Amino acid sequence: MFIELNNVTKKYAHNGTGVTAVKSVSLDIERGEFISLLGPSGCGKSTLINLIGGFETATEGGVYINGIPVSEPSPRYVTIFQNYGLLPWRTVEKNIQLGLEMKKMGRKQMKGVVDRYVEMVGLNNFRKYHPHQLSGGMQQRVAIARTLAVDPEIIFMDEPFGSLDALTRMNMQEVLAELWELQKKTIIFITHDLEEAVYFSDRIVIMTPNPGTIKTVIPVPLSRKRDRTGADFLMIRERVFNEFETKKEDKTEYYL
Amino acid sequence: MILLTIRYLGVNKQLWQNMSKKIIDIATGFSILIFVWYIVVMSGIYDKALLPSPLKVAGAVMELIKEGTLLEHFIVSFQRFLAGYIAAVVFGVALGLFLGWFRSIWNIVDPVVQVIRPVSPIAWLPFVVLLFGIGNLPAIVIIFIAAFFPILLSTVSSIGKIDPTYFKVARNFGIRQPHILTKIVFPAAFPYITIGLHIGVGTGWIFLVAGEMIGAQSGLGFLIIDSRNNLRADLLIAAIIFIGLSGLLLDKLLFVLERWIGKNWGITTAYTGV
Repeated sequence: MFIELNNVTKKYAHNGTGVTAVKSVSLDIERGEFISLLGPSGCGKSTLINLIGGFETATEGGVYINGIPVSEPSPRYVTIFQNYGLLPWRTVEKNIQLGLEMKKMGRKQMKGVVDRYVEMVGLNNFRKYHPHQLSGGMQQRVAIARTLAVDPEIIFMDEPFGSLDALTRMNMQEVLAELWELQKKTIIFITHDLEEAVYFSDRIVIMTPNPGTIKTVIPVPLSRKRDRTGADFLMIRERVFNEFETKKEDKTEYYL
Repeated sequence: MILLTIRYLGVNKQLWQNMSKKIIDIATGFSILIFVWYIVVMSGIYDKALLPSPLKVAGAVMELIKEGTLLEHFIVSFQRFLAGYIAAVVFGVALGLFLGWFRSIWNIVDPVVQVIRPVSPIAWLPFVVLLFGIGNLPAIVIIFIAAFFPILLSTVSSIGKIDPTYFKVARNFGIRQPHILTKIVFPAAFPYITIGLHIGVGTGWIFLVAGEMIGAQSGLGFLIIDSRNNLRADLLIAAIIFIGLSGLLLDKLLFVLERWIGKNWGITTAYTGV
């Protein structure tokens, strides 16, 4: 198995009391899979990718990539943060270049890689722009290009399209779907948009909060170039939706 | 490209409107000042030798410019200012980055700085003269003290303002020290550091004159003392005008820096204090 979460629990010390962000999570992910983590805020989605990405260490249990315990962040597993994490003082091309600067790479070779990814995300006319001069969708593309440029094995995306308007969002979803088809990276994707999850995922991991646990894992056996209005698509969307509905009913009974 | 040019021209037109309005405001302000000054002189309350008329001061200004005294003193003053200010920038920024990074050390240094900072650099002057003698050094040291603290404090606080995401990104891409300092910390903190640089120019220039009034035999501050000793109030006011104008000029130079930051960082840092 490529990524292995083995009974992972993460507790934080908070005002003297412990808060359990993630409890007893076990999950196996195969190479090249597109996995969505879906659930309400506070269900431990971000904690989970921080654990796999090596930004945090598990209180109990183990996180393994290729059978090796994850201990620190690495350019082989890159996170695209919610606010994109672009460096505002660098131009588009310099931002994309960031991860390459730490590799032993000649100037020419570096430029070649930057050129390739600037082109791939369609920002050729904006290479000399600074992030604040770009729209949200364009900034997101810079972040994606910067990530792809270091050729990582895994890409984590924390609600990447959360702050985009509906049309840009659809457009960016298509861009990402195409890039994924092209590159076949393993992507772990946080969202609380059901449709987005169904559109992208091989499997959808549904999480519930307090403490963060995995409720169910729903496979999405649809062929690629997914049609958002197709019958199969809607059926799976409904199934995912129901997973949340049942939980609501449970709660109502509990309070009665 | 054409669209861009049109937009650029549009901005320019607005800029012109703003500028002409500004020029009118400036002219009005100074006209009123000179008028009131003239009235007070004409009223005869004060001896004309003590409070010269605007016309007489204008004559003194011309005299200082023609004789080259002004340029001579200005150059001396400016060199001292540069020496003290650049030293303050180098030490203030370097120490500020260090202390801002190692917060636990800053917590120890901070109380001491808070006690020293409010002391006017002039209070150090007797001490400075005893230690450094007279000549260029006392003025330079005073400028250094005056500019150092705002630069140090803004640099320390700039480190705390860095978005933690940048550090996560750096770690993720395998960037390690010293590259974290050069690629992340310094550029991220730079716009905030310039706020201190700006304040430092102001305070440095103010205390330059004070430093030159006691420790020096040349410079704009010395020009003031020299005019007093010769009972030339007109020259004195002329010197004051020059000091004010050159201080303003220095301040405006920083606009260039701030515009550049706005363009490259996308944030406005313009220090709009006194």
